[in-house]
Amino acid sequence: MSSTLDALGVLDAAPEPGAPEQAVRRRAGAARTVRFFLRRPGLVLSVLLIAAVVLASFWPGLFTSHDPLKGVPAQAFRAPGAAHWFGTDELGRDVYARVVHGAALSLKATLIAVAVSFAAGGLLGLLAGFAGRWIDDVLMRFVDVLLSIPALFLSLALVTALGYGTVKVAVAVGVASVATFARVMRSEVLRVRQAVFVEAARSCGTRWYAILGRHVLPNAIGPVLVLATLDFGTAVLAVSSLSFLGYGAPPPAPEWGTLISDGRNYLANAWWMTALPGLTIAATVLATNRIARALDGEWGRR
Amino acid sequence: MGRYVALRLAQAAGVLWAAYTVSFLVLDLLPGDPVSAMAGAAADQAGVDPAQIARLRSEYGFDDPVPVQYVHYLGRALRGDFGDSVASGRPVTSVIGDALPSTLQLVAAGLALAVLCGGGLALAATYTARRWLRQLLLSLPPLGVSVPTFWAGLMLVEVFSFRARLLPAFGNGGPRGLILPAVTLAIPTGAVVAQVLAKSLLTTLDEPYVQTARAKGAGRPRIHLRHALRNASLPALTVVGVLVGQLIANSVVIETVFSRNGLGRVTASAVSAQDIPLVQGVVVLGSLVFVLVNLIVDLVYPLLDPRIAAAGGRRWRPA
Repeated sequence: MSSTLDALGVLDAAPEPGAPEQAVRRRAGAARTVRFFLRRPGLVLSVLLIAAVVLASFWPGLFTSHDPLKGVPAQAFRAPGAAHWFGTDELGRDVYARVVHGAALSLKATLIAVAVSFAAGGLLGLLAGFAGRWIDDVLMRFVDVLLSIPALFLSLALVTALGYGTVKVAVAVGVASVATFARVMRSEVLRVRQAVFVEAARSCGTRWYAILGRHVLPNAIGPVLVLATLDFGTAVLAVSSLSFLGYGAPPPAPEWGTLISDGRNYLANAWWMTALPGLTIAATVLATNRIARALDGEWGRR
Repeated sequence: MGRYVALRLAQAAGVLWAAYTVSFLVLDLLPGDPVSAMAGAAADQAGVDPAQIARLRSEYGFDDPVPVQYVHYLGRALRGDFGDSVASGRPVTSVIGDALPSTLQLVAAGLALAVLCGGGLALAATYTARRWLRQLLLSLPPLGVSVPTFWAGLMLVEVFSFRARLLPAFGNGGPRGLILPAVTLAIPTGAVVAQVLAKSLLTTLDEPYVQTARAKGAGRPRIHLRHALRNASLPALTVVGVLVGQLIANSVVIETVFSRNGLGRVTASAVSAQDIPLVQGVVVLGSLVFVLVNLIVDLVYPLLDPRIAAAGGRRWRPA
């Protein structure tokens, strides 16, 4: 997180102070960080929740000892309680264990989606903003067209073309938000390109790739990273929508959207099968949006 | 003004053409083609002769190079012919035409609810002098955008249909059946409208002309509704234009949740059946609606803000 904040340029880069001075500075910085988080309990909760989701996707055993795929038929449709926190489903499988084990699939899909839109959109925007002239025109018209197709329809068209599966759905979701990334990246590059230090570098005879890599990119990437955090929540929702529609991982896999569509059939007698996985999704999205808002200026503004 | 309208119309046509092209290219990535899909469907009943497949392929033009196919299909699309649905064999336009009214009803109801509730929430939150009430109201929209729509719909069904038995859970049954889907559809859209409008109302209320109005003795309701709202509604209007496309796309999910017939279910089953002409028709329709709504928004803009017409039609855009 601190590296993201560094990239955002909100942590002041100290100009090589002496050793004692540095220690004082660091202590002041730590105090500031503590105060920042103490005043925002919601943000702390969000960070903890996201940390838990990440942990669950790597080591689900930390959170549950139940098997997500093996059910005990005698214990079907148990309401939430001490033995089964989220209740059990129609085969007697523990819903909480399924949610925990599903985190890996959903997080993987989300990360792929964000990576696709970040890489492709960022590259498009960088190229358009830096090259300018007709390249800019052509690329941005293309981006306008992508924006004019509703995101879910674009994803559905891609799913039709690529087929089903977690990774394919993730790519389809990622492509649908390439346009937004391209726009933000381009406007940032345009802003930075006119800065005095870029002009100075150019007049010193710096090669274009060095200007791009050392001066433009580090200064333009901040808002794009904020967008990526924000897009994380959108991607969780989009991926779960597509897996709810049945285009995600095949049935026994406990993807979050699939859990909800499974529970749908038993909505009348087992509300927990739908309600609790859905709450998990909503809480995850809420938490990433909160973190994105914190990155987007609350820290620097104070 | 005439030039402004002509320019916008030309742009709209250009975007539509490009959207058709993009959807053509995306769906052309498909390893198979509609004929193999048809053959696959037919193979369940009887064996399919490879020679017959080859004949069908050349009949449909899938043996031609991609640019030739593209020109062929574009020419047909310009005449309003998007081909036949692979699954049902009916023309794509009539499949979509049959499904559209029920979806448009849903989208219109959802949009109206979203604008009314979102706008009302923003107005109330910026108007109230009570700090806790404002905080409470402003904390609702972030919640609304974080909830998965399909889940919200299922929870509404659980509460209002299965528990309270007030409203029908599924199907197309009349206006009562429209309430829950419309509310579900309005949640994310209304939340965005509320966020944008509240933010722009707060900035507008800080402007000098509002202070002037206050100094001249205008009451708070008058300042809020007559002076601030008109200027503050411009960004919200732009956002509504963008959101209508999203509403139509969300109806795919909502109609699946509520088992309503409509464009959404047509789309979902077309994707499952790899019904390429139908999917392409839906994608083009989606961008057609998007383009039309934004055209309307663009034309309404100068009415709200005369400076826009004077400046040759440059409008505010969200970052």
